[in-house]
Amino acid sequence: MGGRRYIPIIVATLLIVAGQPVLWAIARPYYMTQITMSAYYALVVIGLCLLMGYAGQVSLGHAGFFAIGGYTSAVLTTCNLLARQNEVPITCFRSLGLLVERQDLYGQAMLCFSPWAAFVAALLLTAGIAFLIGLPVIRLKGHYLAMATLGFGLIIYRIVLGAPVFGQADGISNVPPFELFAGLEVNGRPPYRVQNYYIAWAAVLAAMLLAINLVHSRVGRALRSIHQNEEAAHSLGVNTFQYKLSTFVLSAVFAAVGGALLTHYNGSIGPSEVTVMKSVRYVSIVAVGGMANLWGALVMAIALNVLSLRGNFGTYDDAVFGMILIVIMLFAPQGLLRMPNLRWISTWFSRRSYG
Amino acid sequence: MDEAFLETKKLHRFFGGLHAVNDVSFAVRRDTITALIGPNGAGKTTLFNLIAGTIPPHGGEVHFGGRPITGWKPHAIASRGIARTFQTTKLFLQMTVLENVMVGRHPRTRSGFVAGMLNLPWTWREHAEIEAKAMAILEDLGLSQYAGQTAANLPFGRQRVVEFARALATEPTLLLLDEPAAGLNIYETQELSELILRIRDRGVTCLVVEHDMSLVMNISDDVVVLDQGQKIAEGPPRTIQRHPDVIRIYLGENHVEDPQS
Ligand SMILES: Nc1ncnc2c1ncn2[C@@H]1O[C@H](COP(=O)(O)OP(=O)(O)OP(=O)(O)O)[C@@H](O)[C@H]1O
Ligand SMILES: [Mg+2]
Repeated sequence: MGGRRYIPIIVATLLIVAGQPVLWAIARPYYMTQITMSAYYALVVIGLCLLMGYAGQVSLGHAGFFAIGGYTSAVLTTCNLLARQNEVPITCFRSLGLLVERQDLYGQAMLCFSPWAAFVAALLLTAGIAFLIGLPVIRLKGHYLAMATLGFGLIIYRIVLGAPVFGQADGISNVPPFELFAGLEVNGRPPYRVQNYYIAWAAVLAAMLLAINLVHSRVGRALRSIHQNEEAAHSLGVNTFQYKLSTFVLSAVFAAVGGALLTHYNGSIGPSEVTVMKSVRYVSIVAVGGMANLWGALVMAIALNVLSLRGNFGTYDDAVFGMILIVIMLFAPQGLLRMPNLRWISTWFSRRSYG
Repeated sequence: MDEAFLETKKLHRFFGGLHAVNDVSFAVRRDTITALIGPNGAGKTTLFNLIAGTIPPHGGEVHFGGRPITGWKPHAIASRGIARTFQTTKLFLQMTVLENVMVGRHPRTRSGFVAGMLNLPWTWREHAEIEAKAMAILEDLGLSQYAGQTAANLPFGRQRVVEFARALATEPTLLLLDEPAAGLNIYETQELSELILRIRDRGVTCLVVEHDMSLVMNISDDVVVLDQGQKIAEGPPRTIQRHPDVIRIYLGENHVEDPQS
């Protein structure tokens, strides 16, 4: 049912598949690396779009959730448990198959959590933290919610900078690749470039599929009703608090997936991923994409992050995203693609993404 | 037969030092239309908010269908069968009329986040059902030609009826209507009173706040009068019309001696 909503997904898939050999042919394979990285950032944006555009809740703390995902994966896959391998919890983890033995860069034997175990742990931890943070915070409205989530982001940033286990200012490097299935691994080295282009896009398209389905579902309708008139929604039986909290947790998990996968792809994560300006960046991308427009958010996430990663914004990188946010809020609060001159671009897509 | 369907017991709510609802006890009988009247600021909307759970009471109890619902949240009360409309309409303005009514199906349907994200086949049936029921309600209220229109584009009078339809979609057994005729012309008001009677005959008990006295006297089985947060009278319309306190607050002191007016 609702098959038309999948047409853009099919089109996007064709574009992605067609784009890859083109990048190859024009001898710009390294563009693929930037697109791959942008795709992981796009996961954050897709989740945030659900939260901001549909549930109508702002978050200036999503870099924090991205970081919880990334750092959890990094810590668990790089800490060496060999010295403690006979202690009780470690033996249990081992017998459950959660640990793997490998060698570090210098050939030293290591016993670490497998990337899969770390990934699952990262998502569970993120969901748990988002739930605990959301419990008090999601009751707040507008500016207060923005301030509270901003505070959360700052706390995570301080923890990352201060705690030795997170590598402080250096972050964590030598994060191993993440073997998803036999032969498929999240790995940033050049031989894996094509494979990872597809892995990242598969993750993004899967996230888009889930998000689009949600938006068209009973829950999506309830979320939009909360956004438009919370009191009325509540009086019609929508458990507004539970729905907002669930969406908050869901969007945090999307961010954590992006954080964990990008960390494996880059082989490292550092505090620059956790800054408030990263959170602002995600918010500004959702805003410029049109708030309640998943495709707009995705297109903007890829375009702006690729430009940023290629250094096109130079030293104004953060300032550019700040400016984008201000300009959009002032002149086009419905998003760039809803501006009269540009509307034709989105009509084709949004006619499908609203149903 | 006179068993109370909705009952408040010494319900109390203050805002700062103002006793907006002051120890109000009253009952609504099943399958009747009860009117709640009183001058501006009497506490009628506040009383609705207390019954519907929008704000918690500072004292007293609300019983619905023989069970206490005091302090319940609005969504839980809606699921129990109380629906409401608002004094100033609160439609989802960016949604279509049909979607507005579809949201009303929320408490009678159940697919959640996971089922929605995975677009599970059983949710398709549920969706079709939601749409069909919402459409049927629109047809019944003569709104089907507006189904696809954005709610914000509807004329005011139609918006009120959409809000009515949306409340009915929750399949309430008690409907709270806060000044449903406000801003309607006489034809629309006439249509509305017929509608309320029709709804009552289908087994939906109605509690109506209304300033339009002819509407109140025509359709209601019982009238409750509120003034400055307190209940000052209660009874069938005929009696209320002659009640000296009611005449005083509506017409002023000097009319009290002349109950015919
Ligand atoms: N949220 C609030 N905060 C403070 N005071 C309030 C609040 N809501 C209502 N009041 C006050 O409580 C009193 C009762 O208000 P309420 O809206 O219930 O009256 P009403 O009978 O519905 O009046 P109207 O006929 O004008 O709609 C008024 O004096 C009002 O100013
Ligand atoms: Mg009122």
